Amino acid sequence: MPPVTGIDRTVATIALAVLAFGISFGVLARAAGLDAAQAIAMSAIVFAGSAQFAAVAALDGGASALSAALAGIALNSRYLPLGIVVGRSLGGGAARRAFDAHLVIDESVALATDEAARVDEPRFRTVGLTLLTGWLAGTTAGALGAGLIGDPADLGLDAAFPALFLALIWPRLRVERGARRAALAGAALAGIGVIVLPVGLGVVVATAGAAAAWQAGGRPHPATAPDPAEEAGP
Amino acid sequence: MSAWLLIAALGATTYALRATGPLTAGTLRLPAWIDALLPYVMPAVLAGLVVTATFATGDRLVLGERALGLGVAVLALALRAPVLAVVVVAAATTGLARALG
Repeated sequence: MPPVTGIDRTVATIALAVLAFGISFGVLARAAGLDAAQAIAMSAIVFAGSAQFAAVAALDGGASALSAALAGIALNSRYLPLGIVVGRSLGGGAARRAFDAHLVIDESVALATDEAARVDEPRFRTVGLTLLTGWLAGTTAGALGAGLIGDPADLGLDAAFPALFLALIWPRLRVERGARRAALAGAALAGIGVIVLPVGLGVVVATAGAAAAWQAGGRPHPATAPDPAEEAGP
Repeated sequence: MSAWLLIAALGATTYALRATGPLTAGTLRLPAWIDALLPYVMPAVLAGLVVTATFATGDRLVLGERALGLGVAVLALALRAPVLAVVVVAAATTGLARALG
């Protein structure tokens, strides 16, 4: 058996977190009036947690299907630049790439990308498929068992994801000035966005925070580059 | 019915956003400055998500139980705790704060 690495442990952690997040989505989608088949189909087809929560909440609040979709689309606009990052490193023909495109999600890109924006293709696919599986299993459990499960917020599950996202970028923040600048700017823009943009769309402007890394030194100094084992946590 | 329309519209658009990069790689020519900034989209986006998921309540920023959870997560990260421990202490702190509050 191959040794369990830090990356493996991180993937397992993400799988657990996304399973719990999927259960939350299944429960909330039922509460918002979707039936179980709709909740599960949405997780398979859209496969984007924050956008699904936002769109379902908008629909529940009386928005039309198209304006609810627009809220989700605005949130998912970040997948355009993330897809471009991933697309450069993917091999295979058009069919393979068309399949891989569905796996472009924050966690798979974050875990498979190095500081020079190169993507480790097998790792990207493994993390993406693990996430999709966990997300679908969680949504199914939540949608079918909605009556048995209380409010997911009681368990603090809504705090798990910001912690996970921070943990995913932490190794880069420690060693790269450009990444720190981009993260600070993205955080500040999202905070302003929460106040001035329509409810739920604050994060849409965070992508522009990448501009703060302009000429900050694109690569970390070799002596301070994270070693791969450390990158995923000790 | 409107739920199915939502799923179709959001699903098709999301896929188009995701697939543009993978399906145009090699033919897509971007200005050099965009190329230089692409490695920084990830930290900017994730940090933005951290802020909205931690502090946003409607159209306000609130220091509440989730912020407490994130604070403990930062502490755990500074102590080089594994990712699983970071996530679990954040959720547990927030859940506990809610139970006590």
